[in-house]
Amino acid sequence: MVKELAWGLLLAPMVVHAETLKAERQQQLLNLLKQDCGSCHGLQFKGGLGPPLLPEALSGKPDSTLIDTIVNGRPGTAMPPWRGFLTADEAAWLVNQLRNPQ
Amino acid sequence: MKFLVRLLALVAPLSLAVGAELRGTGDLGVVVERAEGSVQIVDTTRRTRVGRITGLGDLSHATAVFSRDERYAYLFGRDGALTKLDLLAGNVAKRAEQAHNSVGGAISQDGRLLASSNYTPGGVRVFSAETLERVADIPAEYGNGQLSKVVGLVDAPGQRFVFSLFEAGEIWVADLHDPKAPKVQKFKAGKEPYDALISPDGRYYIAGLFGEEGLALLDLWNLDAGVKRILPVYAKTDEKLPVFKMPHLEGRALVGDYWFLPAVGHHEMLVVDRRSWEVVKRIPLEGQPVFVIARPDDRQIWVNFALPDNDKLHVIDTQTLSVVKRLAPGKAVLHMEFTPKGEEIWVSARDDDRLVVYDTETLEEKARLPADKPSGIFFTARAHRLGL
Repeated sequence: MVKELAWGLLLAPMVVHAETLKAERQQQLLNLLKQDCGSCHGLQFKGGLGPPLLPEALSGKPDSTLIDTIVNGRPGTAMPPWRGFLTADEAAWLVNQLRNPQ
Repeated sequence: MKFLVRLLALVAPLSLAVGAELRGTGDLGVVVERAEGSVQIVDTTRRTRVGRITGLGDLSHATAVFSRDERYAYLFGRDGALTKLDLLAGNVAKRAEQAHNSVGGAISQDGRLLASSNYTPGGVRVFSAETLERVADIPAEYGNGQLSKVVGLVDAPGQRFVFSLFEAGEIWVADLHDPKAPKVQKFKAGKEPYDALISPDGRYYIAGLFGEEGLALLDLWNLDAGVKRILPVYAKTDEKLPVFKMPHLEGRALVGDYWFLPAVGHHEMLVVDRRSWEVVKRIPLEGQPVFVIARPDDRQIWVNFALPDNDKLHVIDTQTLSVVKRLAPGKAVLHMEFTPKGEEIWVSARDDDRLVVYDTETLEEKARLPADKPSGIFFTARAHRLGL
């Protein structure tokens, strides 16, 4: 965990805490989630080449696992590491969005 | 003639501008607006939108094939819906919920059958192109009865469909001469085929492998020879980059003596001799290639890229095997499609909500059209090409 936080810091020097994410950045992240994550997980997160990301599919999986999966990917699968695109804090914010869809 | 015009007007009073006049469909196409669940019908001669059809569901990765009279587009949605769109009337002719999760489809050699490539339930289903009634179900069973996701589905000569099983690592050839009793032959392909192509002559089926290096080649003229592994070109020391978008394989990447193939996880394109399957050249690129498509006259190859380089397009000259032009059509360039004889190309820029049309000779921009998160662009000329 410390390691990926460090990665996030390295790659995005202006790390912000989830609750202070600017509206503009939130929009970017939501677009990334829907469009780019959606390429494999479905625009409605019902799954595709990647598994579904609906709240029921994620229940039982701790935040730390999900954040680690987003930031570092899952070696041996098609899930790539997204740390070049977002910080661990931002990944945590996205996990929260997935668990509590608007 | 007048009677026909009146009849059309009567039958489709709310139809598009195109429905009001007698016209052909050879210069029409559809553009998928993936997030909104709509498609635009576009006219490539006038470079304009002539209609829009909404309410089509989750269209991420949606693909279209065309009836051979080029009047109808069949749209395969991610959510498993199969929709028959009438390009002349500008409406939905028929719609069927055929699966829960789907990734594409194909139309048979004789134009009478559609096949869908499904993730859930994993397998291929076959439908009447006229009525969309299901005529066959081919579950992609492997191991202890698990179902595999199906990718790389194409039509092939001999009323066949060929496709790959992601988890099972197999290639299946299904003969649909008798649609009620498909004859299926199965071949071991390799680990995690992610997409596939068929050569324009319908002879070679090539599946790209994600789980290991190389590609799986099946010669459909010589099925007894089985799958041959080609292009294990990267040494273990060449670190593969993370893949933020799977490359797509297309038969339109065969040009003269060479295949032009995207390298998975590398910033380059492979130029491969069509007979020896040796790599002739690796063309360095500024990103990981996704689509590699030849202009219809084979003089150029156009390439787009995976994240984070997905705002670029490269044009490669097939004589010099080098990049001759770099273009920036907009953010998130997802797809491109040539006009039937290739004087222009249409490009979708998803995150800038626009389509950009280029003159392929001058490489100058010719037009921009607004579109809502556009992805796939499909023109009716595909109707008469194998594997499209």
